[in-house]
Amino acid sequence: MAISMAQALNAAMRDAMQADSSVVVFGEDVGTLGGVFTVTAGLAEEFGEDRCFDTPLAESGIAGFAVGMAMQGFRPVIEMQFDAFAYPAFEQLASHVAKIRNRTRGAVHVPMVIRIPYGGGIGGVEHHSDSSESHYAHIPGLKVVTPATVEDAYSLLREAIDDPDPVVFMEPKKLYWTKSEASMPVRTAGFGQASIRRTGSDITLIAYGTTVPTALEAAEAATEQGLDIEVVDLRTLVPLDDATIVGSVTRTGRCVVVTEANGFAGIGAELVARIQERCFYSLDAPVLRVTGFDVPYPPPLYEHHYLPGVDRILDAVDRLEWEDQSKSA
Amino acid sequence: MSERSAPGRGSGAPHPDAGLEAATKNEVQHLPSDSPVRFVTPDGELAPRAERNGYEFPSEKLLLSAYRAMVVGRRFNTEATALTKMGRLAVYPSSRGQEACQVGGVVVLDERDWLFPTYRDTVALISRGIDPVEALGLLRGDWHCGYDPMATRTAPQCTPLATHMPHAVGLAYAARRRGEDLVAMVYVGDGGTSEGDFHEALNFAAVFNAPVVFLVQNNRYAISVPLSRQSAAPSLAHKGVGYGIRSEQVDGNDAVAVVSVLSDAVAFARTGRGPVLVEAHTYRMDAHTNADPVGRYRDASEAEEWIERDPMTRLEAYLSAAGVLTDSDIKAANDAAEDFATGMRPQLNANPEVHPLEIFDYVFAEPTPQLREQRSQLEAELAQEA
Ligand SMILES: Cc1ncc(C[n+]2csc(CCOP(=O)(O)OP(=O)(O)O)c2C)c(N)n1
Repeated sequence: MAISMAQALNAAMRDAMQADSSVVVFGEDVGTLGGVFTVTAGLAEEFGEDRCFDTPLAESGIAGFAVGMAMQGFRPVIEMQFDAFAYPAFEQLASHVAKIRNRTRGAVHVPMVIRIPYGGGIGGVEHHSDSSESHYAHIPGLKVVTPATVEDAYSLLREAIDDPDPVVFMEPKKLYWTKSEASMPVRTAGFGQASIRRTGSDITLIAYGTTVPTALEAAEAATEQGLDIEVVDLRTLVPLDDATIVGSVTRTGRCVVVTEANGFAGIGAELVARIQERCFYSLDAPVLRVTGFDVPYPPPLYEHHYLPGVDRILDAVDRLEWEDQSKSA
Repeated sequence: MSERSAPGRGSGAPHPDAGLEAATKNEVQHLPSDSPVRFVTPDGELAPRAERNGYEFPSEKLLLSAYRAMVVGRRFNTEATALTKMGRLAVYPSSRGQEACQVGGVVVLDERDWLFPTYRDTVALISRGIDPVEALGLLRGDWHCGYDPMATRTAPQCTPLATHMPHAVGLAYAARRRGEDLVAMVYVGDGGTSEGDFHEALNFAAVFNAPVVFLVQNNRYAISVPLSRQSAAPSLAHKGVGYGIRSEQVDGNDAVAVVSVLSDAVAFARTGRGPVLVEAHTYRMDAHTNADPVGRYRDASEAEEWIERDPMTRLEAYLSAAGVLTDSDIKAANDAAEDFATGMRPQLNANPEVHPLEIFDYVFAEPTPQLREQRSQLEAELAQEA
């Protein structure tokens, strides 16, 4: 039976709660309602409101409360309802969640998962479509994870809950209803291992989360031009799998990084810098980025202009310097 | 299940307060007394009974231990201030004048209780028995937190204002769920009460019936900003009322009153009746830190007025008059404080040992490949320097 990413995430929490009684799920509307995206559906019923509960509507309070609970040996999995509504909790994440292990020389650590539905493409009004992963990835002490497949959604969330460090778990809401025939439980690769979703010899497309399906689509479309494109899904941004990236780009010699987030000072910039530092002599062309524009995420009627789609990726592919002109359209 | 119960308190393991009916809103007097609770006048005399607002006298034993800790605390404040002048501490936010609060919030705790202090609360740390050199870690700069929070049940001193407050609530709530009847005592300044996290923490504590005591040390200033610019409420204690939290205000320079009100608050929280907010009216006699030009925002005459209400002389006068404290006790306490200061001096005069590669050790449980690379880079640089 096909299962959606939202169901896979739900199953991951259920199985983790079953396996470990210290796992607790809380946030806004996660209890009786089961989450605005139904990701926590049924957990309160099954495990009781001790294990899955609604809190006051206060994101900083939720994150700070989780710190205290984690200090007592609980494993909080907290839900921030939408990307832009996690910002009130930013201080807790930056100043405490990320740093407490470091501040205390390892004496205190606060394993917890901060689940954030993120990204656009669902016609949300403002503050419901931000790609905020760069903010978190820039904070030492936070792991940042974003699944692109149903299988990874389950596996990465289980791993995030088991992880001894705090994990910001970015859920691409556009992909919540993506389905797969996967049977749960499923385990995929661990943190820090990228996945080559499609092998190819001409170009490497680097994507994660929301942009993985788009990159795959672009790669498929490019076969018409006779191009053989490899697609790397990073899966985890922190820790980052330099080895797979370097291996792929060294082989192909050309690379385009695709992110939905606006490009300025973002993950894309980080990736391009790293590739340039490590693969300079293998590169046949400058590494390009395809990203959202540097504007606040636009209103629903404009978002298709903002989102990097297949065409924009193929345009970038065309802009790569091709010695063999036959490969360029 | 009572309306004030934590989620699911009816299911799972029994709580330490199982069978104890959580107080209902009607049973609990939420409003603080009209004026700060007081036991002893600034001259060290017994205040009129009405000013006690029904609170009990603390035991002589407790008052004597508070007195001794305050004498040490006062000496520590002068020593640490001197150490900044000698460049031994990066900065020191003195709590001179606030010793009754510093000590009062700690002597009422059991070993199993947790303390959540701020940068100003180093005297509270040493009153908890934390080694003075470890207690000064943050301010000395050899690490962010010099003591082991788990072993001492004392959270790292918090620098961002009020952000430690939801931690105290989460911890106290979680401990209760685990079946431990501990209380979390959290310190915050008057300025900190304006921060969002203060309010979120109060609300969470009330909703989850968490055994937390919030101690607001109202020392009249947030760096240079006076209380009048911080709040228009009748008192900071009133801030608890709207959340359904029992609230009280106390003369923070009257150690007897502070110990009495806080003992009561801790007992209230421990027996599962919910959190308590206590505002202690006190005064920061020194500058905000050694780096702060205090003359720019307040008159010297104001400080002089407060020196007359010094918590140290006040307690000493009261205990002496009550025949609890003899001259030789006073001398013994001062000698002990001197020993304490002399004892810490050589350790703090020595240059702290630093281990540069350690900065990579506690970012994650296992370093990322990127951190490993950077560690090797620093290692190579250090080898080159050597
Ligand atoms: C979130 C935050 N904003 C600003 C500061 C800078 N700051 C440090 S102490 C202070 C004043 C705090 O006053 P108060 O809460 O009354 O405590 P006190 O220093 O008087 O003990 C300020 C503004 C800070 N530490 N944290």
